[in-house]
Amino acid sequence: MSFPVAKAHPLEVRVVSKRFDIPDANTLPVYLAHDGFKALEKAFRLAPEAIIEEVKVSSLRGRGGAGFPTGMKWSFVPKQSAKPKYVLCNADESEPGTCKDRLIMQYDPFAMIEGMLIAGRAIDAHQGYIFIRGEYRYLVDVVERAIAEAYAAGYLGKNIRGSGFDFELSAHTGAGAYECGEESALMESLEGKRGIPRLKPPFPATSGLYGGPTVINNVETLATIPHIILGGGAWFLGLGLPKNGGTKLTCLSGHVNNPGVYELPLGFPLKRLIEEIGGGILGGKKLKAVVPGGSSTPIFNAAEAETLTLDFDAVAKAGSFLGSGGVVVLHEETCMVKFATRIMQFYKHESCGWCVPCREGTNWLLLTLGRVHRGGGRAKDIDLIREVSENILGRTFCALGDAAAMPTLSIIKKFREEFEAHLDGRPCPYAPTLVPRAPAAGPFVTV
Amino acid sequence: MSIFSPQLNTRFDELLKRYPVPRSAMVPMLLYAQDELGYLTPEAIREIAARLDESELAVHEVIGYYSMLRTKPAGRFHVQVCTNISCLLRGGEEIFEHCKQRLGVNNHGVTPDGLFSLEEVECIGACSWAPAVQVNYDFHENLTVAKLDQVLDKYRTGGVQ
Amino acid sequence: MADTEKLVTFTVNDRKLAAPAGTLLIEACKTANVEVPSFCYYPNLSLQAACRMCLVEIEKMPKLQTACTVLVAEGMVVQTESEPVRKARKSALEFILTNHPLDCPVCDAGGECELQDMTFRYGAAESRFVEIKQHRDEQQWSPVVYFDRPRCILCYRCVRVCGEGMDVWALGVGNRGVSSVIIPNKQDHLECEECGMCIDICPVGALTSGAYRYKTRPWEMKHVANVCTFCGDGCKTTLGIRNDEIVRGDNRDKSGINGDFLCIKGRYGFDFTQHKDRLRQPLVRVDGVLKPVSWAFALQTVARRFQETQAAGRPIGVLGSTRTVNEENYQLQKFARRVLQTNHIDHHRTADFPALYDALAGKHSPVPLAASEDLKTAKAVFLIGSDPTNEHPLLAWNLRWGYRLNKTRLYLLNSQPIKLRRQAFRAAIVPAGSEGQAIRFLNGGGAVKATLSQTAGPDDKRWPQTPASRPEATQETLGDFRERLQKESDVIIVFGAELRGDDIHELVKFGSSLPGTTRYIALADNANSHGAADMGLYPDLLPGYTPVADVAARQRFESLWGGAIPSAPGMDAGDILGTAGKGELGALYVVGSNPFRHHPVDPAALRTTFVVVQDLFLTETAKQADVVLPALSAYEKQGTLTNTCGEVQLQKGGALFEGAKTDLEILHTLAGLLGHKWAAPDADEIFTEIRGNVKGYNVSLVQVLAGSSALSMSVNGPVPHQHALTQIQPNRDSLFTAGSLGRYSTALNAILEKRLRAEKV
Ligand SMILES: Cc1cc2nc3c(=O)[nH]c(=O)nc-3n(C[C@H](O)[C@H](O)[C@H](O)COP(=O)(O)O)c2cc1C
Ligand code: SF4
Ligand code: FES
Repeated sequence: MSFPVAKAHPLEVRVVSKRFDIPDANTLPVYLAHDGFKALEKAFRLAPEAIIEEVKVSSLRGRGGAGFPTGMKWSFVPKQSAKPKYVLCNADESEPGTCKDRLIMQYDPFAMIEGMLIAGRAIDAHQGYIFIRGEYRYLVDVVERAIAEAYAAGYLGKNIRGSGFDFELSAHTGAGAYECGEESALMESLEGKRGIPRLKPPFPATSGLYGGPTVINNVETLATIPHIILGGGAWFLGLGLPKNGGTKLTCLSGHVNNPGVYELPLGFPLKRLIEEIGGGILGGKKLKAVVPGGSSTPIFNAAEAETLTLDFDAVAKAGSFLGSGGVVVLHEETCMVKFATRIMQFYKHESCGWCVPCREGTNWLLLTLGRVHRGGGRAKDIDLIREVSENILGRTFCALGDAAAMPTLSIIKKFREEFEAHLDGRPCPYAPTLVPRAPAAGPFVTV
Repeated sequence: MSIFSPQLNTRFDELLKRYPVPRSAMVPMLLYAQDELGYLTPEAIREIAARLDESELAVHEVIGYYSMLRTKPAGRFHVQVCTNISCLLRGGEEIFEHCKQRLGVNNHGVTPDGLFSLEEVECIGACSWAPAVQVNYDFHENLTVAKLDQVLDKYRTGGVQ
Repeated sequence: MADTEKLVTFTVNDRKLAAPAGTLLIEACKTANVEVPSFCYYPNLSLQAACRMCLVEIEKMPKLQTACTVLVAEGMVVQTESEPVRKARKSALEFILTNHPLDCPVCDAGGECELQDMTFRYGAAESRFVEIKQHRDEQQWSPVVYFDRPRCILCYRCVRVCGEGMDVWALGVGNRGVSSVIIPNKQDHLECEECGMCIDICPVGALTSGAYRYKTRPWEMKHVANVCTFCGDGCKTTLGIRNDEIVRGDNRDKSGINGDFLCIKGRYGFDFTQHKDRLRQPLVRVDGVLKPVSWAFALQTVARRFQETQAAGRPIGVLGSTRTVNEENYQLQKFARRVLQTNHIDHHRTADFPALYDALAGKHSPVPLAASEDLKTAKAVFLIGSDPTNEHPLLAWNLRWGYRLNKTRLYLLNSQPIKLRRQAFRAAIVPAGSEGQAIRFLNGGGAVKATLSQTAGPDDKRWPQTPASRPEATQETLGDFRERLQKESDVIIVFGAELRGDDIHELVKFGSSLPGTTRYIALADNANSHGAADMGLYPDLLPGYTPVADVAARQRFESLWGGAIPSAPGMDAGDILGTAGKGELGALYVVGSNPFRHHPVDPAALRTTFVVVQDLFLTETAKQADVVLPALSAYEKQGTLTNTCGEVQLQKGGALFEGAKTDLEILHTLAGLLGHKWAAPDADEIFTEIRGNVKGYNVSLVQVLAGSSALSMSVNGPVPHQHALTQIQPNRDSLFTAGSLGRYSTALNAILEKRLRAEKV
């Protein structure tokens, strides 16, 4: 499948996206012509510990949302295991505001495959699965074709390129569930079950898919690996900041003139992203708020956004998360109550329903937020929304509950006056921009 | 006798080889079966359960969980409009409202001729190209109401299969 | 609990505690009387951590932790009542209540609802949730199971007990998020074993019982502990009795040998007591028709006719019951031997206990019998014949328990691929009738063809959550089966009626060759089958399997009973009925048994036989009687029962039924009318006599009176007992049948009908 190439913006530093503008890099010959599988050849010459060490040096942190150091994650996998080990690629990409893994699979699927092979080599795993969200059907086709090509050329299967290393790989489709991006829910789903997260411990590194030690990484994380092996951990680290090595794909969306996916060194200033790359705010309006890392991350107001730099530690210090790299820009005419309601509609829809605070809390919050937005709010509802969110925070089975509570708390805290403006039957001040609607809460869905 | 096409059955055979546990193939099998049949009929559920040596209950549990799996027919062209945040900021709701008008159905509705069905969906990973709509598995991005009309017309007139 | 050697010490609310390593914090707290509330946690089922009620504060942990999943660790410092914990608890309750209707006043669970109790204790009564609650109508899932969806708090206990506990897997979870809902396996209804465990385990009133719904409130009943009168397992069922009528059966305090468990019969079968056909008045045949008469007239008629028969020198046969209490059976054989001067006494045999005790004589010390609960912790169990899932639901539950929680290796030898093969480590299917031969093979005899299958064992990925599909492989002989089994030690051998007589001797020979102490359970069908055998309802055996022909033994009983008893063994049931069929029996006294159901006797031949039937219903046998005496059921009287394993338990009765009498009272009155001065019919005193005189019954009185079980041990020495092995005739009951008695349960019948209808469709 051919896709129009994605040209680089001058401010981008392209590493993981370096083949995005090479036509047909998703075919094996083109991939091979552009450094493809060179990292794997190199990895075969390295001891597994040395591979892990190189990744540690690079300070690569997980690109799936949590930002956990990848080298460290790999080092938790026991050397010996009675059960088979697995390498999983998390291609569930469902965090609102995030649309980067899609491009990697579209333009450069072999990099992801090569990354998985290297991970397999590092932890002595011989089976991998790529879990692709169901909506990305065309990518299942792209990836399956790439896998077939790799098998045909001996880059997958038994005794890969004479190395003595075996690795089997399959793509696997999901069928619509954000929660299946959570690593243990993903494993449940891959085992043919409802995507309910698992109790931890045990952690995947010791007991994951089918009970075997498992490494699970995001598409971008894995696709970055070959570049690190080839260029060296120190080189990659140097592209970014200490502890925040390298570059990262950033998905710019919302009220900017040039939305898009841009690869930027960690530590890139948010303001420059919006103005210089994004071409400024849509319609020349004023900035109101920025979501830094996907819908789960606490929002920043315009003042906070002014000085923010986009790396894990700086965003965390400012009270939010770099997350999956979904930067969503909101201009002055955005209704924050509406925005909070829409976020909650998502979490209510995606809550797996397993644990009480998330299941009931997201529903409660959605109903209340929607009511406030429609003008049915009472003064005490604002604190109620805050308290219900606080009661979810930190008390749920998995992080989805937090992901629902955190943005809500930040919006209520930073834009409280907008909630107040909706009380006592007053119409939404931003009504013309956004059509107020009844939330899709409604009755039980029948089975 | 299988109710699935020989091609699909071959695909199932191939799928089952991928995993150490047959059950792992359940979600893909269900989705591919739905692609062929339009929805998961009781017969499809029975056959898949039998192939995996699982109970029909286990299959129903899974179907109920995944939002793309359905046990009722949808239209030939299933129009899925994203209204999540990035699309919202770029007019996703207007697109959705417009679809309702144009197709004359509500959320989860199917047009009387069975050609279209409409669903408001969560983020489909097109945030930087918002607003976006998926018709069956095809993405349509950077939409305006006018562009959407062209898209729908193309489907209606058979320009797209 | 885990390894008792390794104790860890930790602090809860500033109290130093110790518990074995591997203990869940919530259990450790419970042991120390520190209450940590929970909904989804249920002991011995898989962990969920879903309700978030049990959140506690643990030092050095950033967030509150679920006590239901955290294991105690050395030096752990826990707060269960701190401000953050209280707040979290209160809010968890508040969340649960958002979609829970407040219809407590009409809810069946009202008064015994965990959510109600918790709300009362931890607050959250004043609701801040002002949105519209989700509503759905109640659904009927089976004749006995109703589901009220909005009340469900999704603790998943029902799903787990049905799957993990019962291995039925009829319940699941449908939809997602706030729409999540418990769903039955057939979309709008259940197809299952109808055990009602889901109802019992539901902490709220979401799953309710068709038998009990809207009948009464818990506080309007008295709760009396009884032993279920249906199968041989002897589960404790606590009867809820209102206005002397049983309205509910359950296992509310989980204190019986069955712990959490009850099957459909124990839970719903009690309704036979109120069946419209229940006999309320004695009947005497006048001009060929059974007419209601007074008790006095009926009993005098019986006494007179017995006397006449005795005077005429014609034989009298007595058939006792496998459902009446030990005290009644003991007195019945005493009545036969002393008062009627006959050894023609027997009962419906479903297991060969004499052969087992004979085989064990002198071979074992101490007790070679296993209690039902031992199956939960056994390292290995060898099960021959029977289908415990249907015929011994409690034992099947215990076997699954062992498999699930203690990795018990089950060796199964059967002629059918019974359901327990799913828990079998090795299963061998042999041709029907060759079970005995298979045992001989184990002892080195000739080969038997078998189909062998095996589980992947406890290391299987899917173990033990779902039954994995088992590869079946045919093999020529049981060689591997024998080899593996021979390596096991402390095996419990459980066998059905497929093995009798010499086969049992072979079995014990094999058992004795295994390392450690081999213990046995012989499977018999009815509530007091084992007791009936122990109490001497045999033509040749006195209580405790002492031969009537043994002079010393006989004299001991003669002096106890104050007079002579016949010394020659009498006729067995087959011969008694055969004699009756030839018109040569003088009188037939049938107590709580229905022999004519399976062995019809020509009414013409019975013309010269005086037939007395003592029973609850006008059974096939009672219909041909000259006198019918209405008896009280097991739930309406006191006494002891001995289950198939030999465990003695107390029956407390509690229900009342007008017009009928206990078998004991009837016997004592008849004895009196026949000139024998028997003491008042006091079950306690008779039990004392039994304890003092029936070998193996010197069990702890305290234990029995306290409502727990005491294992009898009737192993005394050789039991010379010659009898036709065909006298052993198992009921082959299903989960929904129980000999003649089950036919009178409306609940059981409703389910049978539903199943028949489903089969037709
Ligand atoms: C609710 C939830 C949804 C998630 N969705 C995704 C996802 O779509 N893609 C992804 O890569 N990681 C997702 N994650 C993060 C994964 O759990 C996991 O941290 C990640 O796959 C690890 O890969 P990394 O270390 O390479 O980031 C999600 C986490 C949570 C709690
Ligand atoms: S927080 Fe709870 S209900 Fe929400 S997705 Fe995680 S486990 Fe499911
Ligand atoms: S009891 Fe621990 S979460 Fe429910």
